[in-house]
Amino acid sequence: MINYIYQLVSPQIFSVKYSDVSNQNVIVRPKYMSICHADQRYYLGKRDLKILRKKLPMALIHECCGEVLHDPSGTYKIGQKVVLIPNVPPEVAKKDIYENYGKGSKFLSSGYDGFMREIVDINVDRVVPFENIENKIACICEFVSVGVHAINRLKINSHCHKDTIGIWGDGSLAYVVATALSYKFPESKIIVVGRDERKLSQFSFVYRTYLSDNIPKDLEIDHAFECAGGEGSYYAIDDIIKYINPQGTVMLMGVSENKVGINTRDVLEKGLTLIGSSRSGRQDFIEAVNIMEKSEFQNRLRTIIFEDSPVENIKDIHRVFANDLNTQFKTVFKWNV
Amino acid sequence: MIFGAILAGGIGSRMNISDMPKQFLMLGDKPIIIHTIEKFTMCKRLDYIYIGIHKDWVYYMKDLLNKYNIDNERVKITEGGSDRNITLQNVIKKIEEIHGESNEHIIVTHDAVRPFVTIRMIEDNIDAAIKYGACDTAVSSIDTIVMSEDGDCISNIPNRKYMYQGQTPQSFNMAMIKNLYQDLSQEEKSILTDACKICIVRNTPVKIVKGDISNIKITTVSDYKIAQAMLGGMKID
Repeated sequence: MINYIYQLVSPQIFSVKYSDVSNQNVIVRPKYMSICHADQRYYLGKRDLKILRKKLPMALIHECCGEVLHDPSGTYKIGQKVVLIPNVPPEVAKKDIYENYGKGSKFLSSGYDGFMREIVDINVDRVVPFENIENKIACICEFVSVGVHAINRLKINSHCHKDTIGIWGDGSLAYVVATALSYKFPESKIIVVGRDERKLSQFSFVYRTYLSDNIPKDLEIDHAFECAGGEGSYYAIDDIIKYINPQGTVMLMGVSENKVGINTRDVLEKGLTLIGSSRSGRQDFIEAVNIMEKSEFQNRLRTIIFEDSPVENIKDIHRVFANDLNTQFKTVFKWNV
Repeated sequence: MIFGAILAGGIGSRMNISDMPKQFLMLGDKPIIIHTIEKFTMCKRLDYIYIGIHKDWVYYMKDLLNKYNIDNERVKITEGGSDRNITLQNVIKKIEEIHGESNEHIIVTHDAVRPFVTIRMIEDNIDAAIKYGACDTAVSSIDTIVMSEDGDCISNIPNRKYMYQGQTPQSFNMAMIKNLYQDLSQEEKSILTDACKICIVRNTPVKIVKGDISNIKITTVSDYKIAQAMLGGMKID
């Protein structure tokens, strides 16, 4: 059958590509989508020109939930609600290497069409079923799974002292990491450092929040998550190195287009471990769904979600990307093309 | 119950590029009608999908369903008629033979040669037919429509903002459209080739469902070339 693929052909210009879809894979109809900063950077053209030339045209969006229309494997029922995994692992898995870092892995919406399509044909192991999650919340599952992945990596790569864990950043990523962290490490005190008082006030459930220019001199943290990204990465990493206790683990999660200077003298002196954490795999999705099915977790996520009007055409796609620029946290929308 | 009716009674006389009815021409790797049927099978709200096919091509259609693995139990073939409305009436007759008459039945009719239909259009049709009894898929007219009664000079230029181009699906309460058709005189039946027009002349409101400019009807050689180009296929001269 003929599929409609809404591709970004150059910054702020979309075109529909029509493509035949076979019925060999699971076919999912996207229902709700969420915009990631990465999508917004492509949309606005805030990527290196070489990258844009290489990756476009391409359908955006990698945070999505939908319903199964067809499954030749019989694994899923017609109409079953699922979240979609944008990561496509290499054919041969390598021991101890996560699927999202494997050489040859692909990522839908980074060089390959993302989920802005009428229907998505996808391998059966690239969908994860869910039941008790509202669609508008389920669509940010990929985002939650990224946080879950980072927390799990911290867990297995850090020493046992986890009295205080710091999060640098006050955006959606920091919020999701803080929420998941409070669930997975309920005994730890969570400190959030940000630059926007209004956004920090959203973190009602953490132990303390501080503005980045007003951090107590005697603050001590055992481990940290850097969720700032962009220009803020440098300052966040520098602060973390300053306040972290010896042999702490630093999870680097924020994306920066520029290279970031790091105070390696203190990294060495404190014996710190710096770990890059990006994207997620199937296991992280399964865990994210399990956590998100808890009503308390959903309620926390609901407060950072802005649901825009449904998207029915290209004009509406422009509208949600424009509105997302003025949204403090996550913009989600019903996909109804 | 909700039924799809894919109307494929034509024999391709307007195309002049093949002896084969146009719905069987290849578009990409599949015949046009297979693209259309596959899209209908994706709509789980349709209980059954009937294909009204010209009697000479019924076996050919069966072969195609097998060849392209359309083993969906919901897809049924029935003989079409000499024109569009008779094909529709034949499909309705077949449905009622098997599933019985009901004032609740909804039928979503669609041209086999509109493979660019979307699931959204089909679902909006179902909702509108349930709510209003009849609906037509249409898009705002891009071109200015000019009227000529003598085929020589323009007699009127209607305001474009009121002009729409009709597409399909067209959907109806099945009992209602059957009764309206049966109520027509033979002369009216020969003139009213569009099922929605039957509703209009009998003062039955028809809701407009938003179509899409891509939802083209592949009727001429030019349409076929456009469809091939849209799908990135080879041009056919």
